[in-house]
Amino acid sequence: MTSSFWRRNQQRLAPALFLAPGILFFAFYVIFPILQSFRISFYKWDGLSPAEPVGMQNYSQLFEDPAFYTSLGNNVIWLFLYLLAIPAGLAIALFLNQTVTGIRIYKSLFFFPFVVSQVVVGLVFTWFYDPTFGLLNTVLEAVGLDPVNILGDPSKVTYGIIAAGLWPQTAYCMILYLTGLNAVDPEQVEAGRLDGAKGLKMLWHVILPQLRPATFICFVVTIIGALRSFDLISIMTQGGPFGTSRVLAFYMFEVALSEYGFRMGYGAAIAVVLFSIMMVYIAGFLWKMYRDEKGA
Amino acid sequence: MYPTPIAKTSPAWQISYQALLPVALVLWLLPLIGVAIFSLKPAADFAQGNYWGWPSTFSGIQNYTLVFTGSDMPRYLMNSVLITVPTVIGAVALSCMTGFALGVYHFRGNLLIFFMFVAGNFVPFQILMVPVRDLTLAMGLYDTKTGLVLFHIAFQTGFCTLFMRNFIRALPRPLIEAARVEGVSEIRIFAFIILPLMKPAIAALSVLIFTFIWNDYFWAIVLTQGADSQPVTAGITSFNAQYRAAYHLMSAGSLVAALPPVVMFFAMQRHFIAGLTLGAVK
Repeated sequence: MTSSFWRRNQQRLAPALFLAPGILFFAFYVIFPILQSFRISFYKWDGLSPAEPVGMQNYSQLFEDPAFYTSLGNNVIWLFLYLLAIPAGLAIALFLNQTVTGIRIYKSLFFFPFVVSQVVVGLVFTWFYDPTFGLLNTVLEAVGLDPVNILGDPSKVTYGIIAAGLWPQTAYCMILYLTGLNAVDPEQVEAGRLDGAKGLKMLWHVILPQLRPATFICFVVTIIGALRSFDLISIMTQGGPFGTSRVLAFYMFEVALSEYGFRMGYGAAIAVVLFSIMMVYIAGFLWKMYRDEKGA
Repeated sequence: MYPTPIAKTSPAWQISYQALLPVALVLWLLPLIGVAIFSLKPAADFAQGNYWGWPSTFSGIQNYTLVFTGSDMPRYLMNSVLITVPTVIGAVALSCMTGFALGVYHFRGNLLIFFMFVAGNFVPFQILMVPVRDLTLAMGLYDTKTGLVLFHIAFQTGFCTLFMRNFIRALPRPLIEAARVEGVSEIRIFAFIILPLMKPAIAALSVLIFTFIWNDYFWAIVLTQGADSQPVTAGITSFNAQYRAAYHLMSAGSLVAALPPVVMFFAMQRHFIAGLTLGAVK
């Protein structure tokens, strides 16, 4: 009896069955916590004693908090400068898109920084920038320039960390473009050559339009990466000097799990702001996916 | 092919290109090469300020041996393995099923559920941090590998579902229709027709998730503490605290921590790249 019920309805029941474990996990650990964070942001809570509802207080406090504005400002800098990974990745991809012997090894080795964890990238760059023995200052000294203490200088520190972040991110964009270049239609390139298109003109009018899917993914992963930046800041500066290299992701962590007492509600409010910024891009991505689905 | 194949250019440029390649590579990897050199030097070189000169003696073997014998490093590495492997298996298994459901069946809310997975995969970790830490504490799984694994599986299911669903969408549909006409049950269609065709997707996702999880730092410090459960990305900071200013050891430790995903990448390069493009750039 049950088996014949299953037999008759299996095409309707099967998707629910296959989806159930994944959806349960995802709802429990991702969807539900997002809603909860929104709720916590209206409370004052140290994670132990009962939470105390405070209405909008966390948010009004946020908008008077100079550290919040520093973090937000740094997020904007991250967002813009991180995008440099896209043209840089394209440049390296064009440089490496050849068929000489050993080129595959070169491509893999150029991609290397992306596979290394951000923690190690952070350590490596901290030593690279070190004012006493770092390779950077050794080189600067050799050419007769004054040493710079990049991570100790509030006006340079964020740029120094972004440069470290650009290293793996450029490698990521490079590999996306190399894959894209593989799929470029050789006939169109030949036709372009016959029409006298060369160099940058060819790149702009013939190649780049064909690389659009790759460029789109580069934008998505670079923007998400910029807004997620946490590991490098945590490893390289802990937000310092004097909190000048904080971004929202780091400041939130600092506030919520601070050694001077947990401020979960205030942290959740920062997370909600970061989430709202991210949501703009996520919505854009979903909108494009939706159009592609309907078009297909 | 663009740019113009090197073989068709002037001999002068051909030679310069061949010469430029290694130079560009060395410059690109310079920070990493610096650390690799550090890891081969004896402590005495740093004391004498010989940072960038030739190592006075080759101490690579001692340095790397000490990383494995003089610290908790082996435990951290083991923790990383015990966190990463179950996560890969769990996330890939769950997403094979969700991807199958969303890729094969037409039902109301299909796209909505799919978009929920996609959106969830892109949210900032911080919006999840407080509740997930709280949930993990409440389940008694704080500071355990299991707690970390369960969360990772759930979160990675978002990305994996995106990938698997698109992959299954691209499979030939008549295959399924034909099986249905033959009276093959939906579960058998999944297990015996679709699953074997998903091998390349499973391989791609596995290497990619392995790298993501191995390199995770944020969740490691939010959900675990101490050598019993922390993975190597978090452990490396304790290691560095233990050997403060011992640059030869910190360098060796960092390289050891970074190595497994690198090996994975070189072994499974093709799959890795297929995964990175989110299955969208072919």
